[in-house]
Amino acid sequence: MKRVVKHRLFWPIAALVALVAVNTISRPAFLSVTVQDGQFYGSVIDILRNSAPLMLVALGMTIVISTRGIDLSVGALMAVSGAVSLTIIEASPDPENLGVVLVAIGAGVLTTLFLGAWNGFLVAVLGIQPIIATLVLMLAGRGIALLVTGGFITTINSTPYQFMAQGSVFGLPFAFYVSIAAVAIVALVERRTALGVLTEAVGINPEASRLAGVRSRGIVWGAYAASGVLAGFAGILYSSNIMAADANAAGLYIELDAILAVVLGGTSLAGGKFSLAGTVIGVFTIQTLKSTITFLGVPPAVSPVFMAAVVIVVVLVQSRRVREGFARIGKALSRTPSQTRPDAEVAS
Amino acid sequence: MMTSGSPAPVVEVRGATVRFTSEPALDDVDFRMFPGEVHSLMGENGAGKSTLIKGITGALHWDAGTVLLGGEEMRFANPADAQRAGIRTVYQEIDLLPNLSVAENIMLGREPRRWGGIHWAAMRDEAAKVLAELGLEVDPTSLLGSHSLAVQQLIAIARAISTDVRVLVLDEPTSSLDLDEVAELFRIIRELKERGVAILFISHFLDQVYEICDRVTVLRNGRLVGEYLTKELLRIDLVQKMLGRSAEELVLRPRSAVRAPEPEAFLEARGLTSSPRVVDVDLVLGEGEVLGLAGLLGSGRTEVARLLTGIDRPDAGTILLDGARVAPGNPRRAIAIGLTYSSENRKAEGIIGQLTVRENITLALQAERGVFRRMRPSRQRELAASWIEALGIRPASTEQLAGVLSGGNQQKVLLARLLALAPRVVVLDEPTRGIDIGAKVEVQKLVGELAENGMSVIFISAELEEVLRVSSRIMLLRDGRVIDTLASDELTVDSLLARIAQPDDN
Amino acid sequence: MTSTPIRTEQASGAFAARLRVFVNRRASWIPVFAALAILIAMFVGAQLYFGNFLTPRLVSSLLLDNAYLLILAVGMTFVILTGGIDLSVGSVLAFTGIMCARLLSEGVPTGVVIPIMILSGAGIGLLIAVLVQFFDVQPFIASLAGMFLARGLAFVVSLSSIKVEDPAILWLQSTRFQVGGWYITPTGIIALLVVLAAALVLQFTRFGRTIYAIGGNEQSARLMGLPVVRTKILAYVISGTCAGLAGVVFAAYTGSGYPLNGVGTELDTIAAVVIGGTLLTGGSGYVLGSMIGVFVYGTIKGVISFLGAEQSWTRITIGVLLLIFVVVQRFIITRSRRR
Repeated sequence: MKRVVKHRLFWPIAALVALVAVNTISRPAFLSVTVQDGQFYGSVIDILRNSAPLMLVALGMTIVISTRGIDLSVGALMAVSGAVSLTIIEASPDPENLGVVLVAIGAGVLTTLFLGAWNGFLVAVLGIQPIIATLVLMLAGRGIALLVTGGFITTINSTPYQFMAQGSVFGLPFAFYVSIAAVAIVALVERRTALGVLTEAVGINPEASRLAGVRSRGIVWGAYAASGVLAGFAGILYSSNIMAADANAAGLYIELDAILAVVLGGTSLAGGKFSLAGTVIGVFTIQTLKSTITFLGVPPAVSPVFMAAVVIVVVLVQSRRVREGFARIGKALSRTPSQTRPDAEVAS
Repeated sequence: MMTSGSPAPVVEVRGATVRFTSEPALDDVDFRMFPGEVHSLMGENGAGKSTLIKGITGALHWDAGTVLLGGEEMRFANPADAQRAGIRTVYQEIDLLPNLSVAENIMLGREPRRWGGIHWAAMRDEAAKVLAELGLEVDPTSLLGSHSLAVQQLIAIARAISTDVRVLVLDEPTSSLDLDEVAELFRIIRELKERGVAILFISHFLDQVYEICDRVTVLRNGRLVGEYLTKELLRIDLVQKMLGRSAEELVLRPRSAVRAPEPEAFLEARGLTSSPRVVDVDLVLGEGEVLGLAGLLGSGRTEVARLLTGIDRPDAGTILLDGARVAPGNPRRAIAIGLTYSSENRKAEGIIGQLTVRENITLALQAERGVFRRMRPSRQRELAASWIEALGIRPASTEQLAGVLSGGNQQKVLLARLLALAPRVVVLDEPTRGIDIGAKVEVQKLVGELAENGMSVIFISAELEEVLRVSSRIMLLRDGRVIDTLASDELTVDSLLARIAQPDDN
Repeated sequence: MTSTPIRTEQASGAFAARLRVFVNRRASWIPVFAALAILIAMFVGAQLYFGNFLTPRLVSSLLLDNAYLLILAVGMTFVILTGGIDLSVGSVLAFTGIMCARLLSEGVPTGVVIPIMILSGAGIGLLIAVLVQFFDVQPFIASLAGMFLARGLAFVVSLSSIKVEDPAILWLQSTRFQVGGWYITPTGIIALLVVLAAALVLQFTRFGRTIYAIGGNEQSARLMGLPVVRTKILAYVISGTCAGLAGVVFAAYTGSGYPLNGVGTELDTIAAVVIGGTLLTGGSGYVLGSMIGVFVYGTIKGVISFLGAEQSWTRITIGVLLLIFVVVQRFIITRSRRR
């Protein structure tokens, strides 16, 4: 039993399960799924679909945080990729053409790849603090997106494009498959190659990694580039959902949700070991939380208050002081002889 | 000049005892300081120096023992208490504020006031006064950070003495200073002596200790060896007491004997310099030989090692591998040409605690192969398991988190990481520090086996017996310079000690 | 080394000597001068390009339109000087603004409303400070929580905007004290007074010097016996208080409270402070510099509207300027460390 509790995914899963339980109790229809015209419907299906952009962004954020960094520009990057894609489709004579759509998507993602690499350059090569480096694009990114759309909210009509966020395959939302694909690809790249371990090493102990010959610069650079690519795809999904490129609303505050999802999943903000599975659970938890808030009739605008509460609870739980406090209470309660470990070495 | 016995000691410690583990860090140590005297506390790593000092300055509570200040028993709850009582410390890392002015650094905490706010002109004048007392020509309104470290240190001293000071503790004050700056520091120390301040001078530079200190207390393994007047203590005796050799009559070998024959060099360094720590070092390493680097703390051994293996960049000098010039500008390049380094600071620069033993062992190898050529997990496990067996790493599990292993086993993991690269040179910096006897012997044996198999090793250790046992040749360093290079089979620890302690070199 | 290594080196020429003394004393002013130079360059450039840019009316409106940002920037300067950051200021501005409008519309007297606004700003600042100081939460995350909280609370107060019709508040904005073509409003005066008070505090009080000390080396500051804990907490409380005050000013400026106000304003504030010469790593910077940074921001906004271009260009330009400043700051730091 102790091993189950100590597993690092225990608390994230427990939190999600608790949240789902609360929902199901208050509205038994929460878990129900209906079928209509070969498509599944239901609150759970909505969560699966709506969580896709956050899933993509949170995956990238996980890698960046693992290198002891942070990426505040992801929301703005989403706006940029949406703007680029839609502008291409709008300018094309045949917006229904799958080829055109694919080119547009490619262009959008390529743009954010470049912007992400730019972030990586600032952090890895110039040594600028990640908060500030990515703050620049956070400020300027939406402006760039507006420039691309010429100041308007570009709208298009394109069935292939629309399919991404609003269509379904085998009854399940296409967006959900995108989520799965992203998780699979990132997991494969991180764990099937040496990238995951090397990234963790850099995040845990940059100096020891350097001495062992790890290419820290390239790894950090790549992390931000990856975050850019994932944000690009997220932006495509978002714009596909509303069939418009809204530079101001796309991905608003998503970076905060993403950071929260990563932290909920057990990855430490201080960098080092990361858990993609934890992030996935964190994303679903946040999405479910949002759904809960909506269901409770709380205006979505007020939901940040709940987010604030969650943030505070999570950081308090992760805070060493609180954990030490609990440990002391736990020790006092269990009253087993505790072994004192010798303190840090005394250097003489 | 004060002689012992006439004035009462200003600081007296009786029976200081501290236990962190079963081995006491301090064991019933007595210590005293007299006003107007410069006193040095000497001892190698683990002697208990900093534990003793922390108790005097209020940073640590001893398990037993008393501190008397001016005859009165004192209990310091924290360093601020000790400061108020007149005990001031100037640390190696200058604990001042580089972004504020000199005057503020001296006066903040007791600034002169006017109309409810800070009186800048008065603060500047007061600071100027303090600086003038020490004979320092520094503009009080200049930023602290605009001055050299040497000057910043003197300003730190100015702050320490700006209010009533009885005891001034100087912790390694000269490690970053050049000769002129040291002279200036000593002038100020003598000034303070005249004023009756008791000064505790902590340094590993023997020459300086003998130049400025009146009295010396030697600790070894947490115990008091003795208190001596420097003018009555021979250097060789001091070194012996610090390192624990029995005080026998020595036969000092003539200096010209046993200059080691230089082997067929495949790694050579000429004029390696990285001031102020390494000055004009020449080094020659042959295939399959073990070269020991010996010297006291601060002699520059680690710095030389880091220059050779690309961790740090030299200011001057060349490195030749197989006769061709190389510049291992970073660890990755050094590893690529076969030069590897095992840091003396296992925790901060070696082991990645949250990764497993397997991941730690395969880290450098994986980094060399690159991101995309991942070693199959089965191959990783195989490799890790074979090294675990070869080096006797316990617990013998590849999936154990490296952070929970004992010091000795962590060292072995680090060794395995380097050896897995099949390097040409392995530089081991204090590999047996802090590990038990059994593991020590294993590591030493291993070094011999490596050499037998054609690998070259540079072995750094503060324990002279170990260096002697393991190395075929020994290079002696002091204050960043090479004093001598000797063949080990003609040496004893005593003769090594004598060589290190000799004040004059050619 | 020279024979007297302790004496600060005597440079050859008199001018070089004085320049060296200046740099040694006032190195931290250099980024501020750079910002001033940029501001002047912008004024000159805009005047040359538009011909009628530098009118008393327009320059006066710089202060009028950006008084709220000036107050925010002062608070943010305190926090950044200690090496922290406060992301909540925009949301706090919105929260206090909408609360002000709501309370006023329900008949609560102005004399009560304004202190409540300022105190709630201080309260959120205190919350952030406690998280940072006592629970070791990174300032970024702690102020993020504050931002979420304030924004949500703003919507709890009201989901839509509420007009402010209180004469006292409106007086703050509508009154103009005119001298020739130049004018200033009470809000402008308030903003300038805040700048002045902050400058005096930072320069002449132990609290102010401790703020710089914490940014320079928190460990050293503690060892020197300075009240580090108290000061850090106060820094965030000041930032929150300024946000509350800025809420009043903004409510007067727009004539209403609106829960969606100040979205992204924290970024504008940070940018203004950094452009004004305050180092993000802490320990160096001046509120006068932040004021210049605010005017740089305002001028960019003005130029953009003069050009008739998209307002979004403002953010882009600020972003680019911020980038340049940060990169240059980085080079200065790396070079000084190598010494």
